Amino acid sequence: MTIHVENISKHYGAFRALENVSLDVPPGELTALLGPSGSGKTTLLRIIAGLESPDSGRIRYEGSDVTKSAVRERNVGFVFQHYALFGHMTIFENIAFGLRVRKWKKDAIESRVTELLKLIQLEGLGKRFPSQLSGGQRQRVALARALAPQPQILLLDEPFGALDAKVRQELRRWLRRLHDEIGMTSLFVTHDQEEAFEVADRVVVMNKGHIEQNGAPDDVFAQPANAFVMDFLGNVNVFHGRAAAGQVQAGGFALPFPEYSHSDAQPATAYVRPHEMDIDRKPHGEQSVSARIARINRSGPLVKLSLVGADDETQVNVEIDHARDRELNLNVDDTVYLYPHHVRVFLPENNVKSATQVAAK
Amino acid sequence: MSERILTLQPQVTTLEGAVAKGDASASKKTAQPVATRRATTEPWPVKLLLILTAVLFLLVFLVAPLSLVFIEAFKKGFEVYKASLVDPDALSAIKLTLLTAAIAVPLNTLFGLAASWLIANFHFRGKSVLLTLIDLPFAVSPVISGLIFILLFGARGTFGPWLEAHDWKIVFATPGIILATTFVTFPFVARELISFMQARGTEEEEAAVVLGASFWQTFRRVTLPAIKWPLLYGVILCNARAMGEFGAVSVVSGHIRGETNTIPLQVEILYNEYNFTASFAVASILAGLAMVTLVIKAFVERQAHRVLAEGAKQELT
Repeated sequence: MTIHVENISKHYGAFRALENVSLDVPPGELTALLGPSGSGKTTLLRIIAGLESPDSGRIRYEGSDVTKSAVRERNVGFVFQHYALFGHMTIFENIAFGLRVRKWKKDAIESRVTELLKLIQLEGLGKRFPSQLSGGQRQRVALARALAPQPQILLLDEPFGALDAKVRQELRRWLRRLHDEIGMTSLFVTHDQEEAFEVADRVVVMNKGHIEQNGAPDDVFAQPANAFVMDFLGNVNVFHGRAAAGQVQAGGFALPFPEYSHSDAQPATAYVRPHEMDIDRKPHGEQSVSARIARINRSGPLVKLSLVGADDETQVNVEIDHARDRELNLNVDDTVYLYPHHVRVFLPENNVKSATQVAAK
Repeated sequence: MSERILTLQPQVTTLEGAVAKGDASASKKTAQPVATRRATTEPWPVKLLLILTAVLFLLVFLVAPLSLVFIEAFKKGFEVYKASLVDPDALSAIKLTLLTAAIAVPLNTLFGLAASWLIANFHFRGKSVLLTLIDLPFAVSPVISGLIFILLFGARGTFGPWLEAHDWKIVFATPGIILATTFVTFPFVARELISFMQARGTEEEEAAVVLGASFWQTFRRVTLPAIKWPLLYGVILCNARAMGEFGAVSVVSGHIRGETNTIPLQVEILYNEYNFTASFAVASILAGLAMVTLVIKAFVERQAHRVLAEGAKQELT
C-alpha cells in the first residue's frame, strides 16, 4: 500500500514543523525518515498515523483520503521510541490488546498471539510483565503488538533510540529480516544515518520542516543533493573558501571548478570524506597541502588519522587502509601531504548548485 | 575495619569538643575517621539530638493529644461512651457527615479524573489558569470558602430571593454543607492525578488508540489501571478532609441540632456545653477514622511507589 503525503504543513505557534511536504512511500518498501532533531520527521510520521492533524495538505493511503479519519480507523501499526507497553498487562495481553478491542474470537486471539510471540522469539514469555523484560525484548513486544491486528502500514518512531549500541544493531538487522518476510509498507524515523543506510530501501533526508533529498541509500550517499545532506551524512571534512573563474580555493587546496566561471569570487564550501583522501610523504603539486599527524587510530578495519593543517587550526580526518599505512610508515607528528581524490563543492548562496570533482592523482 | 571505627568513635567525640573550642590540630586528627564515614552521616550526638527532637515533637503534638481524646472519651466508662454515641443528635451528625462525604468525594473524584485527563492529554490556552483555579480552595481560608456560599445563596445573597421564592433551602441546610465540603475538598484528587499523569505521559493512550481502541476502551483498560493507586490515594485524602472539615461547614451549617451538625460541629457544641465526655466520645470517631485512613494511605502509598519505581525502571533500561 502506497502512502501519499501531499503538501502537508504543520505549525506549532511560530515554529514551522513541516512546510509543504510531499512524499510518496512506495509499497512494500522500508523507508527511513532521516534528519536531525527538530527537522519535522516525527511530526510527519505522527501525521501519517493520525496522531497529529496537519494544518493543511492531505494524507492518502493508496486511493483513499484518510486526512480526516480517526486514528483508530486507519489500521496502522505504530511503534514508539519508549515502547509504550501497557505496564499492568502481561506480554500476551499487550500483544492481544489490538485484537481484543476489535472483538476477535478467543481462539483466534490465542493463535495470533502465539504466532507473534514465535516471530519475535519470545515464546514462553507471554505471562511476564513488561518490567521483567530487557529493552530490546520490550521493543520486540511493541513491534508484535503493532503487527497483531494486521495493519496496512507500519510506522516506527525512533524504534531503536532508547537501546544501547549492541542491542540496537542486532535489532535493526532483525527488523530488516522481518520486513523481508512480511513485506509491509514501513516507514521509520531515525536521526542515526548509519541506521537508515543499513536498514532502509529508501532514505528521505529531512531538515527544518522540508525534505532535502529522497532516494535509494547508495544514491543519497554517492550524490548528496546539497551541502546539508553532505554534512548530515556525517564524517566529512569541511573546507570553507572561495570560488572564482573556474577554480575553488579552500583549505589550501586549489581545485578546478568549471561549474562556476564568473570572475567575481563567491563563498564556496568543499567537502571531502575521510576515505576519499589520500596521504603521501611527497607533495602532489597544487592539489595537495601539508599537514601534521596529531593522532593515529589503527583499531578498526581502516587506519584513522587526525591531522592538523599548516595553519595549526584546520582539523582533517583521513582514513587509509593498513597496507598504505605500513608502506608510508606513519608516526605521530610526521608532516605529510594530503591529496583528495573526490571533492564536492557547494556554493551556499544557491544551495542547489553543486558539483563533484575528481582530482588527478 | 568496622570494629576499629567503633573503638575510635568515643575518642572522636571528645576531640570534636575540642574542635568546637577552636583547636585546629584536633580537627586534623578527627579527619581520619571522618573519611571512613559516609558523607551524609552525622556524628552520633547530632543524631541523638535529631532523634530526640523528632520523638519529643511527635509525643507532644501527636501522641499526647490523640491519646487524650480516647482517655477523656472513656473516662466515665464504656457505657457512657456508648450512650454518647447513640444519642440522636450524635447519630444525626454521623449520618450527615457520611452523607456529605458520600456525595462530595465521588463528585470530586469525577472532577479530578476529568481535569487531569484534560490537562495531561491536551494543550490549550488557559491551562495554567485552570491549574491555578484548581488550587484555589487550598489557598482560600475555609471560613471564606463558607462565606462565599452565604453570599451566593444566603437570604440576602445573590440567588437568595430567587431560592426563597422557589422554597429551596441551601444555606443552613444539608445542600449548603455538601456544597461547602465539595468546594474545600475539590483539589485533592485532581492534584494527585495531574502530577502523576503529567509525569506518565500519553504514549500508552496513543498506543491504545492506534491499536483501534475507543475512548472508553482506552480509559477503562489502559488509563484507569495505570492511575488506580494515585487515584485511590487522592480519594482517601479527599475523604479524610470531607469528614473532618470544620471551618467552611461551620459557616454554612447554622448549627441546628440533629439537622445540620456534622461530627466536627457536634464535637464543638458538646465541648462548649462542658459535656466533655460526650464531646471526646464523638471526637474519637473522627480520630478513629483518621487512623484507619492513615493505615490505608500507607498501604496505598507503598503500592503507588512500587508502580512509580517500576515505571522509572522501565524508563532507565
